Amino acid sequence: MIELDNIDKWYGSYHALDHISGRVAEGEVVVVCGPSGSGKSTMIRTINRLEPLQGGSIRIKGHDVHTQCPNALRAGIGFVFQQFNLFPHLSVRENIMLSPVKVGGMTRAQATALTEELLAKVGLAHKIDAMPGNLSGGQQQRVAIARALAQKPPVILFDEPTSALDPEMVGEVLAVMKQLANEGMTMMVVTHEMGFARDVADRIWFMDEGRIVEENTPEGFFTSPGHPRAQRFLSDVTRSASPPH
Amino acid sequence: MLDILSNYGVMFLVGSWPNGPIGGFAATIILAGLGVLLSFPLALLIGLARAGSLRWPRYLATAWVYTFRGIPLVMIIFWAYFILPRMTGVTVPAFVTALCAIVIYESAFLGEIVRAGLQGLPAGQTEAARASGLSYAQTMWNVILPQALTNMLPSLVNQFVSTIKATSIVYVIGVQEVTFAAQQINSIELNSALQTFLVLAAFYFVACYVISSLAQLLEQKLARKRLGLA
Repeated sequence: MIELDNIDKWYGSYHALDHISGRVAEGEVVVVCGPSGSGKSTMIRTINRLEPLQGGSIRIKGHDVHTQCPNALRAGIGFVFQQFNLFPHLSVRENIMLSPVKVGGMTRAQATALTEELLAKVGLAHKIDAMPGNLSGGQQQRVAIARALAQKPPVILFDEPTSALDPEMVGEVLAVMKQLANEGMTMMVVTHEMGFARDVADRIWFMDEGRIVEENTPEGFFTSPGHPRAQRFLSDVTRSASPPH
Repeated sequence: MLDILSNYGVMFLVGSWPNGPIGGFAATIILAGLGVLLSFPLALLIGLARAGSLRWPRYLATAWVYTFRGIPLVMIIFWAYFILPRMTGVTVPAFVTALCAIVIYESAFLGEIVRAGLQGLPAGQTEAARASGLSYAQTMWNVILPQALTNMLPSLVNQFVSTIKATSIVYVIGVQEVTFAAQQINSIELNSALQTFLVLAAFYFVACYVISSLAQLLEQKLARKRLGLA
């Protein structure tokens, strides 16, 4: 579904992505993790061309993303942001309906029906006419996921979807993501939620300094990570999760 | 002061109409209103160009802003008075000349206000809109401009109020608005300059106060809508 082929990206003289290659098959859930500054968010943002590339190519369903019209490309990729980025001047209903109506060419009636169905799926049917400012963080992120689903995309990219949420709300968002994964959605998730990675991921990409240094199944990654940086990362993550003595 | 108002009230309000062109306060309001109405779309284009990624529109808009922000309005009015008839080949009435000068002058200031409003929004809004497949125009129309215009409202009102007062300069090319009327009245009355110009100030104050109040109502309405209380 997604093919990254030696992608290279610089911010000025800083080499943000260093010859990254990888494949995400249809229906697969790939979790991308790693220390801060490793290039995880940058990489995922190059896939829907929110960030430009200097080298390499990205293909979705065999088509090079840089030869397509960017608007058409992005309509076919769902993207969930760390900061939710709901449109605060529009109601939840209008937020979700915007893309299907303006880009997808749906009638308002069809889009309304889709909106109600998706909000029920994420457990927020009763909030359809609320304004984003009146929702909690977890609710906003679930609306954001419904907004991405409204595009009926074959793949959804998640850029640290729970990093801006307080711990109580992380669970409700991860539950929605887990449900999507079980339904066979192709997902690429940048996250620090190792529990989610262990339960839901089909594969884990561990990045450091702009490179994918380890690619493994969850079992392999958590029990015996190969790369020393990955080992250090895991010990840091599990140490911070355990209570202080 | 009240007798100045009662004797010359009509002259303040409409100038020498119906025995001449419409003047006085009515002309001021029409001039300021048209000035704002015509300069705002131009300012939107300038602001979008300045905040955008295309190079040549940005350069042109920047040159426009720097030029017309850097020259006093009275100079622009004089230049318009002499250049416009040469450019168009027809005699241009003073009112139209004044209107053109005001539109050009205000578009530079309003353009910067628009740019500030656009750049003041979090980048995530544009990213989320583009990431869902919306084009640049759709993003601007549906997502960015509604939010940016709401944020810009206090600055825009500031500039509109300033425009009303800026029309007081156009009497130098003979446009018969309310300052011109006040000067005519003063040359008739001769001993009541203070009262005459106090009445003049009151006209401007009332106009600006009304606009500020309307703007406040609009801001409150928009804030209520954001909170979902509308």
